[in-house]
Amino acid sequence: MSLMPMTGRPMRLRDKFFEFNWGFLFLLTSIACFGFAMLYSVADGGFAPWAIKQMIRYGIGVGVMIAVAMIDIRIWMRLSYPIYAIAFVMLVAVDVVGFKGMGAQRWLNLGLFQLQPSEVMKIALIMALARYYHGLTLEQVSRPLYVLIPALIILLPVGLVVAQPDLGTAILLSAAGGALMMTAGLAWRYFIAAGAMGLAAIPVGWELLHDYQRQRVFTFLDPTRDPLGAGYHILQSKIALGSGGLAGKGFMEGTQAHLNFLPEKHTDFIFTMLGEELGLFGGITLLALYFMALMFALHVARQCRNHYGRLIAIGVCAALFLYVFINCAMVMGLLPVVGVPLPLVSYGGTAMLSLMFAFGLLMSAYIHRNVEIPRTPSLLW
Amino acid sequence: MAAKGRDSSRYQVFSRRTILLGGVQFAAFGVLGARMYDLQILNRDQYKMLADENRINVRLLPPLRGQVTDRFGTVVAGNHQNYRIVLMPEQAHEVEKTLDLLSRIVEISDKDRRRILRDVDRNPGFMPITVAENLSWDQFAEVNINEPDLPGLQPDVGDSRVYPFGPELAHVIGYVGSVADAEIAKDDDPLLKLPDFKVGKNGVERGFDKELRGKAGTSQVEVNAYGRVIRELQTDLPRQGDETVLTLDMEIQRFVWNRLQGQSASVVVMDVHNGDIVAMASCPAYDPNAFITGLSHAEWNSLVEDDYHPLINKSIGGLYPPGSTFKPVVAMAAIEAGIDPTARVFCSGKYQLGDATFHCWQKHGHGPMDMHDGLKHSCDVYFYDVARRIGIDAIAAMARRFGFGETYDFGVPGAKAGVVPSIEWKKKTYKAKWLTGETLNAGIGQGYMLTTPLHLVVAAARIANGGRPVVPRIVRSIGGRILVPDPLDDPGFRPEALAIVQGGMYSVMNDRIGGTAYKARLRIPGVEMAGKTGTAQVRRISKAERVTGVIKNDRLEWRQRDHALFICYAPVAAPRYAISIIIEHGGSGAGVAAPVARDIMEEVLKRDPSRLEAYATPVKPGSGEAT
Repeated sequence: MSLMPMTGRPMRLRDKFFEFNWGFLFLLTSIACFGFAMLYSVADGGFAPWAIKQMIRYGIGVGVMIAVAMIDIRIWMRLSYPIYAIAFVMLVAVDVVGFKGMGAQRWLNLGLFQLQPSEVMKIALIMALARYYHGLTLEQVSRPLYVLIPALIILLPVGLVVAQPDLGTAILLSAAGGALMMTAGLAWRYFIAAGAMGLAAIPVGWELLHDYQRQRVFTFLDPTRDPLGAGYHILQSKIALGSGGLAGKGFMEGTQAHLNFLPEKHTDFIFTMLGEELGLFGGITLLALYFMALMFALHVARQCRNHYGRLIAIGVCAALFLYVFINCAMVMGLLPVVGVPLPLVSYGGTAMLSLMFAFGLLMSAYIHRNVEIPRTPSLLW
Repeated sequence: MAAKGRDSSRYQVFSRRTILLGGVQFAAFGVLGARMYDLQILNRDQYKMLADENRINVRLLPPLRGQVTDRFGTVVAGNHQNYRIVLMPEQAHEVEKTLDLLSRIVEISDKDRRRILRDVDRNPGFMPITVAENLSWDQFAEVNINEPDLPGLQPDVGDSRVYPFGPELAHVIGYVGSVADAEIAKDDDPLLKLPDFKVGKNGVERGFDKELRGKAGTSQVEVNAYGRVIRELQTDLPRQGDETVLTLDMEIQRFVWNRLQGQSASVVVMDVHNGDIVAMASCPAYDPNAFITGLSHAEWNSLVEDDYHPLINKSIGGLYPPGSTFKPVVAMAAIEAGIDPTARVFCSGKYQLGDATFHCWQKHGHGPMDMHDGLKHSCDVYFYDVARRIGIDAIAAMARRFGFGETYDFGVPGAKAGVVPSIEWKKKTYKAKWLTGETLNAGIGQGYMLTTPLHLVVAAARIANGGRPVVPRIVRSIGGRILVPDPLDDPGFRPEALAIVQGGMYSVMNDRIGGTAYKARLRIPGVEMAGKTGTAQVRRISKAERVTGVIKNDRLEWRQRDHALFICYAPVAAPRYAISIIIEHGGSGAGVAAPVARDIMEEVLKRDPSRLEAYATPVKPGSGEAT
């Protein structure tokens, strides 16, 4: 047994470029192109103001992704806890120090991007959990003490995010964390117990919900309750989707979107607009592209020879899946309205940047899939 | 290697659970796909319809209201383009500021401003509010140019009703006004729900509202979520309401109107053959144009409180005792009841019934009177006597044959039936027995008997035309369709009886000695008029007053004076027109009402189309022009 933490020969940058899965990048670009097209349509056939900005952001995102992918997975592993710590401090800072009136979530404005601690936390959480489980044996994973730590890793930021309040991110964090714990091999009894506790907590949670959040649940249960008020979004979204039919009303021909009956059509409800203009064909095509991306991530997870990389791939896969599913289910009226964007397609810089960073990590895991990393005994390093 | 082995065991679990995760994701995507299929394929039609409902707005296009003209085509109710500015509250960000900007172009009174702000608060945001009306073209153009700077304001061209003759025809035409809630409840025409839509409120405008209103058009427009019209999809033009032609002659109407100025009076001129109303005036009146936009409280009050009742169409809605103008009817009743018209009744100026004394208007008496003389002199005693002999029910039956008590539904709402008293009527109304004294009063058209000028002219026309049952008609045609009133049963007057009445009425006007209205005879050579005066008492004259002498009308306050009435027809040789006139508290029928009727009759005859033609032909050169 070697004391050297890293095994395998170090890779040169050239090799890494060859190992980079360019097909996956093409897949992501195809997905992003749907977004560009829709943003072009929202502007009634203009690149300004949305499509062009989104393209630039995607371009920057691609750069970030490649850069992240080139960095050795072992370095990312070492940085996992520090990044988590930084993200956590940022979250606390926003919650405790941040002035509510100035927009609780905003931290840094980097021109095209706004750095939100909750976005950073999405990645940091995956990295921290992957790092944590990398160091555990299967037997350790289900021991109560070893369950407590990841539970805290997940629940502390979730608590902070809920306080912001940002229910969408909280759901995303806990579900992605749960997926990671599941694949890490945590005994099912913990999930059953968590599920039971969750059910029991519903009445308490209900009391803690903000009024507008409760309204969203009511509205979800019966959108016709208030068709011009709270139920308006979801009702108009279903009308737009349904009226699209098999082939859609045609690119830039969506009446619901272009006559403004559809709200938030360039952000959260962009899938609705796509369904209206390009129909079932367009919608299924986009979902198929997402599904291919998910399958690639799972493929990376299974190919990886180091546990950290596997769990990173699972984390990215779960996050992507949750984004897509929650957004689509929301616009189709299957879930209450939660502010979750459609990855790579919805207009917005922050989510785009954190996603591309995450895809970079995934790609780094892919490039370094053959690197074997021994299970390090230390929890911290 | 132990570590390796342990890693392989956790990889196995990892691998299995990864496949499970993939399966969950696949299933979840399956749910999304199924939902899309459900929305976009199975329920497509329903959502397509909802989407169209969203974007397609069907707007009603209000039709232009039908014109109303007199018999010669003079427009008496028309439409004029009204340039106005409407406010869409939901599109205006700051109503006050917008109004301030607009007031630089168009003056907005404080009253209007309050009304607008009140409506903004009260109405739903999509309901347009009229901000300013009747703009000049220059103002309208300026608002159009500045529209982008005036959010929520829209220039609009409306049509508003205009009555060129104002009060002269107010009671006949009526006016239009905003729709009342009760009207919406009764009528499901969607037009009524349009803001600013006007319906007929009175007169012919109301009587023929459905026909005048026209048919709504529709405009399908595509609108966005804020209600802004993006483009027009399909338009179905409205159909203008039917043009309505009245039987009135506006020239005569105007003459009548002018002749009645200053009085509280009514005149109806009727064609005795077909019932066409040539003129119908009720004075004073109101300006119907003012009613369209609404009156102020003060204006309304002054109309309501006016002693001369300008809001009441006296011609059809004013109830008066007919007085002596009723005597021809009593005479007809008497003859048919077997009274010999040549039998004489001695008039001493008084008629004794038990303890009660009934007076003749001629204090000293008329001497022996037969029926002809009775009519000519309007001798009360003669009619007391015959009335008593034939009884009230015979009089009532005859009155009904002349059309009294009838409610004429001829297109001008508000016609009253009046009262034709009978034994049965009194029993029903007062639960009391009929008294003989009341018969005597009825014999001279006093007492319970109440009638409108319209009833009187119908009676005069039926006397003039030989007993044919004409009914009034004021709307000649609607949309080219001639309206013919339902014919009534012939009342079956005996010609010799009519001849006696006609003879009496002839003498009223043409007997220099004794004819009560000789002074009011026609001044057209060769053309004669027959008539009957009436002076209806509105107060009881006490015994004490009889002793000291009945107070003259001009010494009484206006309300206490007698009503002056008169009915007539001409030309006697070939009757064509009948006139009834009442001048409220005007004094004597002979002295006040008859001369006015004479002037009107001369004008009517002068303007008679058939006669004008006769004058135009050189066959009768010497007839001379009536002036």
